[in-house]
Amino acid sequence: MLTLRVNGQTHTVDVEPDTPLLWVLRDVLGLNGTKFGCGIAQCGVCTVHLDNRPVRACVLPVGEIGNRAVTTIEALDEADPVVHAVKKAWIDLDVVQCGYCQPGQIMAAVGLIRSTPNPSDEQIDSAMSGNMCRCGTYMRIRKAIHQAAGDVA
Amino acid sequence: MTQNAPNRGPHTGRRGLLLGGGGLLLATLWPVKGLRADAGMLVEDSTAPFAPNAYIRITPDNRITLILPNIEMGQGIYTSSVMLIAEELGVDLNQIEMEAAPPGGGAEITGGSMSIMTEWKPLREAGAAARTVLVQAAAKRWNAKPESCTVESGTIRHLSGLRLTFGAVASDAAKLPLPKEPQLKSAAQYRLIGKPQHRLDSVVKVEGRAVFGIDVQIPGQKIGTVAASPVIGGTLKDFNRDAAMAVPGVVAVLVTDAKDAVCVVGDHYWAAHKGLMALHPEWNEGENAKVTTQTVYDQLHDGLKGPAIVPTSKGDAPAIIAKSHAHYSAVYQQPLLAHSTMEPINCTAHVRPDGCDVWTGTQVADRARDTAAEITGLPKEKIAVHSQYIGGGFGRRLEHEYITQCVQFAKQVPYPLKIVWSREEDITRDRYRPAYVDEVTAGLDEKGHVTAMTHRVVGPAVVARWDPPELTKEGYDEDLSVGTLITPYNYPAYRLEFARREAPGVITAWWRGVGGTRGLFVVEGFIDELAGRAGVDPVAYRREMVKDNPRALAVLDRVAKEAGWNTPLPQGRARGVALQFAFGSYMATVAEIEMPENNVVIIHRVTAAVDCGQVVNPDQVISQIEGGLIFGFSAALYSEITLKDGWVEQKNFNTWRVMRMNEAPRRIDVHLMESSEDPGGIGEVGTAAAAPALANAMAAAQGHRYRTLPLLSPRNLEKEAAK
Repeated sequence: MLTLRVNGQTHTVDVEPDTPLLWVLRDVLGLNGTKFGCGIAQCGVCTVHLDNRPVRACVLPVGEIGNRAVTTIEALDEADPVVHAVKKAWIDLDVVQCGYCQPGQIMAAVGLIRSTPNPSDEQIDSAMSGNMCRCGTYMRIRKAIHQAAGDVA
Repeated sequence: MTQNAPNRGPHTGRRGLLLGGGGLLLATLWPVKGLRADAGMLVEDSTAPFAPNAYIRITPDNRITLILPNIEMGQGIYTSSVMLIAEELGVDLNQIEMEAAPPGGGAEITGGSMSIMTEWKPLREAGAAARTVLVQAAAKRWNAKPESCTVESGTIRHLSGLRLTFGAVASDAAKLPLPKEPQLKSAAQYRLIGKPQHRLDSVVKVEGRAVFGIDVQIPGQKIGTVAASPVIGGTLKDFNRDAAMAVPGVVAVLVTDAKDAVCVVGDHYWAAHKGLMALHPEWNEGENAKVTTQTVYDQLHDGLKGPAIVPTSKGDAPAIIAKSHAHYSAVYQQPLLAHSTMEPINCTAHVRPDGCDVWTGTQVADRARDTAAEITGLPKEKIAVHSQYIGGGFGRRLEHEYITQCVQFAKQVPYPLKIVWSREEDITRDRYRPAYVDEVTAGLDEKGHVTAMTHRVVGPAVVARWDPPELTKEGYDEDLSVGTLITPYNYPAYRLEFARREAPGVITAWWRGVGGTRGLFVVEGFIDELAGRAGVDPVAYRREMVKDNPRALAVLDRVAKEAGWNTPLPQGRARGVALQFAFGSYMATVAEIEMPENNVVIIHRVTAAVDCGQVVNPDQVISQIEGGLIFGFSAALYSEITLKDGWVEQKNFNTWRVMRMNEAPRRIDVHLMESSEDPGGIGEVGTAAAAPALANAMAAAQGHRYRTLPLLSPRNLEKEAAK
């Protein structure tokens, strides 16, 4: 039995400690906003926050998390100005197409703006290149991050 | 049930009121067409009985619901379909609720960029028909003339100031006969069409609440992951069931009837995944274990000689070429491509003695139902297919073999079974865009203008497997006409040839842009070569060729202006152009690039001019072009599925490279042409434009041309290094 802090709640889960966080979120806790894409930290659709920093849940064994706080797309706090600005920019600019990668993109974007309040194109590219999008929404993601950063500032 | 007289075809004008009393339910037939890309090739089954598959439902509490069979896979079709109905019905987008229609009443197929082309008239007519009877019902209640009423935001207003909501008269309206030819608005009266509307699915997707197939949670479900034979035609030789069952959380090991795939089931994916590793399946690989990539290419090049089908010819092109001042030939080669949608292949099924439920993302809901019926032995009406959001289609979910596979496993267990393929399974057991080899030959006059052209395509006929009746009796797949026969150009003489070669060891399938993507890389590259030989600027050369085609000329001129084609380039940069007519839309594209090294391409700027007829939702058209271009650039630069001893060599995103944000264009500018022509498709045109525009820019940058995709393949780069 392992204890995890997810979205402000404490959960006790009966899984092997090598189980990646992704599968505990999705298949044990039923939090399906975090997606599965590759299982090898190449695509970023599984991005969640661990103590407010973006991490890839598909390669993070739950046994290594300890007391650190996990936040998923479902619990991004709308009252947080960065979260609010990012979601608003995504909707204003109609970023999404199929939408499958977007929870991961949004988690990465929120993490970026928190650490780099006014990112340049190069900083955006560098922070976001681990998050793939097959529909090709990159142009709008870049623009949305600029808009969100401007709104927060 | 009331039925209209057909006013365009036996299907498209047919609507009926199905239900009185509780409100208004207007049933209509969602246009059912083949997947062919040119309007002239659309297929309608005029003998089918009227079986509606789309509905407008208005209940007395004024809830307005659209029940539509189309499948949202990112292309924004929910939004634009709703706009068409709402425009004529007279309601606001935020007043509408959406439901997915169950399969039935025709082959629900979402693909081939057909949605807006086939829906344009019937959906507006359905909205107008409902509005007409609602207004008549209100007018009757007021003892007034319908002409004295107007409609806005779901409310009917009499000029006296009296008002009634749609809901208030819905039951009365349901008893009235439907108009034979409902009056449609003129373009000048549009309130929604042509004006940017936000996507209706943005919020649920941004908040992570959209339920994709992989997210379905059915009480009691177990999760399985699958290994199918890595070589097509192989069967299971051996596996270690005990080791798999010993993994904590594993509950079952299941094998298909044909023993070509095995599924390990667990309480969660990780248990199933570890179980599959422990199972360590071994395979009798069979005949196809001999196949390598070179086998595929050799067979295609072999097809350049010998007999071929001639699907179309105009004049005696070979004779004209022989007599011409000069002639020129080039051979182009394109690889097998995987789809690698971001959402890996998955399906959930619950098979019971009395019925079967299937939850999945599919572009072919009817085929999903039929395969489940066949495997379970249950009647079709006992199968319920619950369509979910699709995490990327690109043609992959026009296949349904994963649904067949899931039901085969699920019928062996009492609980709902969700199968989730690993990314490795998703890439190595995909159904691939075929490899092709093309040879194009032009006869040229003294000025280097085309006197005649012949074009031989060597490759599979995808439609022969996917929809056999659609293969012509000569054995031609009309998908191959896109970009070849269907073109903005009017050659003085032309001959298209097709030498069919089915790839050994792989199953080939549709892929975003289908014939347009493969055809345009060849034709637009070749036209650029001809311009170069003639010593004429590539835009000027194409202008001359389309001087009698005003829509093509307009997009070409527009893109040249917006891209600054005739202005000097910064040091080290080059431009390439491509022009196309595909999926009913015209597009011209200019890519501006830089190659600091032979294996590095920086795409600084892409400019596109698009004439897709009447635009329904402009910003979503732009979004589709942006995304389509990036999808196409990704494949053009990097993508090639290769085979070794029958096994696919690319496994995951570390070996199957997909364009990332830092490699995407710095800037994409899309210019939409004003047009009142019927809408053309848009989901695939950007993808089709990408490879030729980029290859032409790279040829300009490097001074020589790659005629083989992907552009940055080792074989191209080795040739480069050998110089």
